[in-house]
Amino acid sequence: MSDYNTAIADMPVEGQSRRRTMTLNMGPQHPSTHGVLRILIELDGETILKAAADIGYLHTGIEKQCEVRTWQQVVPLTDRVDYLANLSNNLCYCLSVEKLLQLEIPARAQWTRVMLAELTRITSHLVWLGTHALDIGAMSMFMYCLREREECLKLFELFSGQRMMTSYFRIGGLALEPPRGWQKAIDKFLKMMPERIDLYENLLTGNPIWNVRTRGIGHMSLEDLLDFGATGPMVRAAGLAWDIRKDAPYSSYEKFQFTVPVQTDSDVYSRYLVRIAEMRESCKIMQQALDGMPEGAWQADAPHVVLPDREKMKTQMESLIYHFKIVTEGFTVPAGEVYQAVEAPRGELGYYVVSDGTTKPYRIHMRTPSFGNLMVLSPMIENRLLADSISSLGSMDFVLGDTDR
Amino acid sequence: MLTDQVKEMRVTKVLEAGLPGAIVDAKFAFDELTLEIAPARIVEAAAFLKKDRFIRLAAVTCVDMYPMEPRFEVIYHLHSMPRPGVTEDERLRLKCRVSGDAPSIDSVYSVWRAADWYEREVFDLFGVSFKGHPNLTRILMPTDWEGHPLRKDFPIHGHKYDYKNE
Repeated sequence: MSDYNTAIADMPVEGQSRRRTMTLNMGPQHPSTHGVLRILIELDGETILKAAADIGYLHTGIEKQCEVRTWQQVVPLTDRVDYLANLSNNLCYCLSVEKLLQLEIPARAQWTRVMLAELTRITSHLVWLGTHALDIGAMSMFMYCLREREECLKLFELFSGQRMMTSYFRIGGLALEPPRGWQKAIDKFLKMMPERIDLYENLLTGNPIWNVRTRGIGHMSLEDLLDFGATGPMVRAAGLAWDIRKDAPYSSYEKFQFTVPVQTDSDVYSRYLVRIAEMRESCKIMQQALDGMPEGAWQADAPHVVLPDREKMKTQMESLIYHFKIVTEGFTVPAGEVYQAVEAPRGELGYYVVSDGTTKPYRIHMRTPSFGNLMVLSPMIENRLLADSISSLGSMDFVLGDTDR
Repeated sequence: MLTDQVKEMRVTKVLEAGLPGAIVDAKFAFDELTLEIAPARIVEAAAFLKKDRFIRLAAVTCVDMYPMEPRFEVIYHLHSMPRPGVTEDERLRLKCRVSGDAPSIDSVYSVWRAADWYEREVFDLFGVSFKGHPNLTRILMPTDWEGHPLRKDFPIHGHKYDYKNE
């Protein structure tokens, strides 16, 4: 966070008389900044001359907290990093620790992970679409999107008992066995969702107001986006078909058929098209997971990591010992360092995990997509109109919890 | 010491040929390559690798090895994604060991602009300063914060309870 006076003093504008410009303090308490983001804007009339993003209002020290918890206790913290894409964070963390442990995860757990990670993508994109459209003035979109999001949250609740902070993926598999009748619930959702996406498109894609407010706005070249650290849908909307699920498949994504949506205009409108197409692809992946879900175990065969079955724990001495050890001191993870990246709804999510061979992580760094994407903010809105900055901001789809950690 | 396996890898060969002596150590574990670079040559090595194929800097971070010396490990995650002309997805980790006494290293902002906020974050949370960074200020913590929270000798709680306005 920067001090107000120094930040203003740091904003000289070359060749412009300072008398005529106005400094506008956007946020941190403003709905259109999607959380507690503060942007210092220097305005000349309606044109933004200089913009500086000020983050850190939601810094909760999660990385520091991780260092004093056992490996499994970190999972609920990862939920709270990106609170709109919890399961992507769970997945990334679990995959990285499983890489260190060299654990083999059963196919059923992997497929369930893929299915729910895609449901997370849909949920996250629904919040993005609702708030983005609300910013631009399409108020009813917000109601429609949150209506469908409610269905997604019900599914999360069905699986894990929690609507948002699910912590459903654990090191070694899943937290609970998938509930009876989940197929029916997912099937019902998948029959409903594609029609609802058609409805959104009917409302927005050809809408003249939507087109005027989004086409040609917030353009950035692909080179700049990559240089500034942007990832995910923003890069795909600039013409590069880069998707970690395709290029470095994890959790058996290589077994699923899907396309990577690409647009070339790199404006707000093409980012919208990419995300809408991604929701459709996610539905297809979920359908494949539903149709081909393998049978078998939902947790790895690793008694030193995975909590034993309740009945075994009560009747078998060995299980009781493992249970006691896991619950009291946790399990150790071999020393080493790994970086695991997954394709989160907002882009590349990477966990860099360092272990010193004890029961607690030595260091965890979360390479969150919002942090990288937000660096593009200043170049994207500078020398453009103030009103367009709102649609540009919305198209970046950042979550401040994800940025500040 | 470089093992034969690491010496045979394309990146090591290219970097060793282009910048002899820049690689101090290397490790290949869990299918991930880590090259330790001499801190004085990090900008050179970064520019060389960017030109080679690593167009993207995924993140910069740091690990505090307190009380070991050199204390800090500054980590750079490099990435080269498949794109026209490149078929492989390749990741590389660079590591520079920095002394705990007035820790400082050259900024790679001139190579990738993505280093801007990541280096500020490392400066804020670890107190490693980056020479040549255009705006090295705190990014996550308040400007008047004392200390660097992610250092191992910084307490997890009870840092300071006597706030002025209480």
